[in-house]
Amino acid sequence: MSGPSSYEPKTAFERWLDVRLPIIRMANDTALDFPTPKNLNYWWTFGGILAVCLVIQIASGVVLAMHYVPNAGLAFDSVEHIMRDVKHGWMIRFIHANGASMFFLAVYIHMARGLYYGSYKAPREVLWILGCVIYLLMMATAFMGYVLPWGQMSYYGAVVITNLFSAFDGVIPGLGTYITTLLWGGFSVDNPTLNRFFSLHYLLPFMIAGVVGLHIWALHVPGNNNPTGVDVKSKSDTVPFHPYYTVKDGFAIVLFFIPFAWFVFFAPEALGHADNYVKANPLATPAHIVPEWYFLPFYAILRSIPDKLMGVLAMFGAIAMLFAVPWLDRSPVRSMRYRPTARWFFAIFIVATIILGWCGGQLPDDVILPIGKSETGAPTGFTVVWLSRILAAYYFAYFGILWFLKNEKTLPVPETISAPVLAEKV
Amino acid sequence: MLRKALSAAAVLACLTFGGAASAAEHGHTLRPVTFSFDGPFGKFDRGSLQRGYKVYAEVCSSCHGMNLLSYRNLAQKGGPFFDEKYKNPNDNPYAKAIAAAIEVPDIDPDTGDAITRPATPADRFKDPYPNEPAARAGNGGALPPDLSVIAKAREGGAHYIYSLLTGYHEAPAGLTVAPGQYYDEYYKSDLSSAWKGPKDKVPPGGVLAMSFQLTPDRVAFDDGTPSSTDQEAKDVAAFLAWAAEPHAEERKETGLAVMIYLLIFAGITYLSYRRIWKNVAH
Ligand code: HEC
Ligand code: HEM
Repeated sequence: MSGPSSYEPKTAFERWLDVRLPIIRMANDTALDFPTPKNLNYWWTFGGILAVCLVIQIASGVVLAMHYVPNAGLAFDSVEHIMRDVKHGWMIRFIHANGASMFFLAVYIHMARGLYYGSYKAPREVLWILGCVIYLLMMATAFMGYVLPWGQMSYYGAVVITNLFSAFDGVIPGLGTYITTLLWGGFSVDNPTLNRFFSLHYLLPFMIAGVVGLHIWALHVPGNNNPTGVDVKSKSDTVPFHPYYTVKDGFAIVLFFIPFAWFVFFAPEALGHADNYVKANPLATPAHIVPEWYFLPFYAILRSIPDKLMGVLAMFGAIAMLFAVPWLDRSPVRSMRYRPTARWFFAIFIVATIILGWCGGQLPDDVILPIGKSETGAPTGFTVVWLSRILAAYYFAYFGILWFLKNEKTLPVPETISAPVLAEKV
Repeated sequence: MLRKALSAAAVLACLTFGGAASAAEHGHTLRPVTFSFDGPFGKFDRGSLQRGYKVYAEVCSSCHGMNLLSYRNLAQKGGPFFDEKYKNPNDNPYAKAIAAAIEVPDIDPDTGDAITRPATPADRFKDPYPNEPAARAGNGGALPPDLSVIAKAREGGAHYIYSLLTGYHEAPAGLTVAPGQYYDEYYKSDLSSAWKGPKDKVPPGGVLAMSFQLTPDRVAFDDGTPSSTDQEAKDVAAFLAWAAEPHAEERKETGLAVMIYLLIFAGITYLSYRRIWKNVAH
């Protein structure tokens, strides 16, 4: 859809600039006149929402960094200084902390949208993979950001996650130790760790912004997918991005701000953990170390496997599956609207991932279905770790199922994007 | 059908995460109490904050510091002693008087000798102990935590603190409590090794190194409020909630304006959306 440009410079200055740096032309062709399928539903508004989230994180983060002190002895108090003494510091910090959660909420919806409507299928594989790269960078950024306030959860989260890499000693002896020493900048999580995490936490969002640029570039070559999954056939299938989608995305962004603001102003700690208001203390391990909610499904997969190396590989494998899905799903039909079997497996996949997230927040040995009692009187039975195992198995199986659903009996796919609209009207 | 399944999934998601948040605290349910600042529109009760500060100053401050607070904070907007007349809290006569009555360590600028001098509103709350070993030595080896953010650092916040301070009683028969340790129904510690009874009936609660503090009439309130254990605990819990986030009230007020603005803005953008898309079949 990167067809001929529709831009016509109107003023003398625009004509002058256009032959030197056609930046207004680029803006016009990507954000104003870009032909966009006219049937995009609200699930498509999350791309714009994500762009806004990134801007919010960078803007609030830059201001936080003006007051924050990346030093193990001072970090906790400097965050409290932001909360107490910096003008509107409490608001900036709560926007940043809850903004990370809202960012992940949006990215999960955005990814689920892509999985359901087959947006990863040809010719959008590169676009999809760039999205997965953004997601990985977001996870790294958020993990390192959570370490910065240097509370108990910050510290022990860093200890648990960095220690995972030591499992690679089982692949090449010394490799895991090398990685952990590099991450720590020493022999344990300490001041050097905090310093490098701060530096990287500042850097990675700008790398995300760069990959977002590529992601949008890769979007604008084939153009948007749409709920029918059918390619755009004629101009009557599309509307110009502006004003049609600027207003629709704009409306969705304002709606998204409502729960966002609710968290920031009325429940700013609801997604956090009380222990992170206790200063990091290497000598007092908290009873229950839990990561932020957006990591919980992967944390559950990690803990469902007793062998550390296998657990780590399974956790990374769960994300690797996303990179591979364009080639695992061989169905010629894009949208699951017309794939009655696949969409049931998809729905179960979403539910399974959500319940995995719940499992990640429980203790592995907590009993869900009590069957008997042990000699101490504690209930025994079906535990969280077993539920996690079943759900993790389904998580991986889903991608295999897609491979085998190649010849699934599909529903009739409309000829054009406009066809189902017209059919409904008759 | 699928639409229904997906909305069911969304509801399930909310329930599981809501459940996960509340299931995180496996302990005993807290004693019921309502605070004026509960909920999205709740505000602090100035009288209660003033009484709460008095409880802190006369009881808790002999063991617990509040290092993130300065005396001026007591008189800032939203604080217990705020007065419209003194926009700069350092000029507030209450803050000045409270500070002046406390001797803080300093260095004599002329001789370099360690001295003490009356505090000013700009000084941090005075620490009860010069260092951690001294604090532990004074409390049977346990460290009294700094109380500046304690209301955020415990699940349940002010509700937990209130329960903790009023939850002391005779240890259940069968529980061995070491000297210098006290049983509290709401504290969380592992009691299984000190418990002689059946293994599946370990009592709730825990033992800690802080004894029962808030005996009736321990503090004489200036406004004549009778100082029962309950009142003292409630007021000091409120004071600690304020201290943990002095801007909480401002946050909620701003939030209300933001929500109204967003709702109106959403309505306007929705109408523009409808208008622009009016003639497109989609
Ligand atoms: C005589 C010294 C002393 C006084 C006075 C005192 N405390 Fe404590 N407090 C302690 C010690 C010691 C601990 C640590 C207990 C432990 O770890 O076993 C503690 C712990 C606490 C805790 C943390 C409990 C937990 O969940 O970990 C709170 C909250 C607390 N005190 C509040 C107060 C309040 C409020 C007051 C004033 C009403 C007060 N304390 C007065 C010594 C004291
Ligand atoms: C992808 C974008 C980003 C994400 C997802 C993110 C996430 C986070 C998270 C989860 C925290 C911990 C918040 C808390 O619990 O207190 C945090 C803290 C912090 N972040 Fe970011 N961040 C992002 C971008 C940035 C940028 C661009 C900067 C600086 C320019 C920045 C600076 C900071 C600082 C200084 C802190 C410590 C203060 C605090 O903990 O409140 N962040 N970040």
